[in-house]
Amino acid sequence: MSRDWPLWEVFVRARRGLSHQHVGSLHAADAEMALGNARDLYTRRQEGVSIWVVRAADIVASSPQEKDAFFDPAADKIYRHPTFYEVPEGVEHL
Amino acid sequence: MSDRDVYALRLGDDALVLSQRLSWWSSRAPELEEDLALTNIALDQLGQARSLLASVGDEDELAFLRGDREYLNLLIVEQPNGDFATTIARQLLFSTFQLSRYEALVGHRDEVIGGVAAKAVKEVAYHRDHAVKWTLRLGDGTAESHRRMQDAIDALWPYVHEMLDADPLEAEVGVDPATLREGWEEFIGETLEDATLATPEPGDWRPCGGRQGVHTEGFGHMLAEMQSLHRAHPGATW
Repeated sequence: MSRDWPLWEVFVRARRGLSHQHVGSLHAADAEMALGNARDLYTRRQEGVSIWVVRAADIVASSPQEKDAFFDPAADKIYRHPTFYEVPEGVEHL
Repeated sequence: MSDRDVYALRLGDDALVLSQRLSWWSSRAPELEEDLALTNIALDQLGQARSLLASVGDEDELAFLRGDREYLNLLIVEQPNGDFATTIARQLLFSTFQLSRYEALVGHRDEVIGGVAAKAVKEVAYHRDHAVKWTLRLGDGTAESHRRMQDAIDALWPYVHEMLDADPLEAEVGVDPATLREGWEEFIGETLEDATLATPEPGDWRPCGGRQGVHTEGFGHMLAEMQSLHRAHPGATW
């Protein structure tokens, strides 16, 4: 039966104000069932206030073969990091 | 035993026996995801049962040391799991009733009964929703799933009468099941219609006796399995 049921990725928002985080995946026949299953699998201990489910097949992912072209060029561009600023005293949240 | 205790025991036994039946599916459901859904439902029912039984006496003694003739649950909750469709049909027919009963008991003067009802309303609303969705999927699914779902509804239908019949004790202490019949019939009728299933005609065979401790054949076996550990090792914990 699993063979027929598509895979869904599950995203849970833990609290208001936070973004949805990927928490895992599950099998379900349709979107409604995926939401129900996500509720049972990933929010049993009050982990969330909101759930998103997305068919895994609908996610466009970067390919491991392209890793170098995608990510390495950023390695030596340290000026992109905000480390050249003096942090004024007393600033706690930056 | 006071009428109040008899009533609490009836509510508690309904939940406990259903919980025991459902827990059988643990590791046996068609999918891992469904396995957990049914287990969650079983645990919700167990939680309700524990509070209710504990308000009558020692919960372990009541659960593990009573004989089958002392159990007061409805016959429908003890019916064997059968195939998956049978379990879903039992869930649909009973949780629709159980939800309306708890809704009517919210704010009950008895602290435990009112408290359990208030908490359980949300839980059982999900149980009913779970059963409705599966009923739609199976009823309006393949020819095979439709046949199994219809067979399951037909097989369990005789037991709904005991559940929905008028009861003086329950009317006195809590809510008379007969007052819930109309809403129940409406909801079940619509759900079955949406699922392309036929609502069975009321037949002449209307088994009853659960409230008096007279149970169906499989109940003793279920109870023996549930109680064997406690009877062999009294007070065992882990």
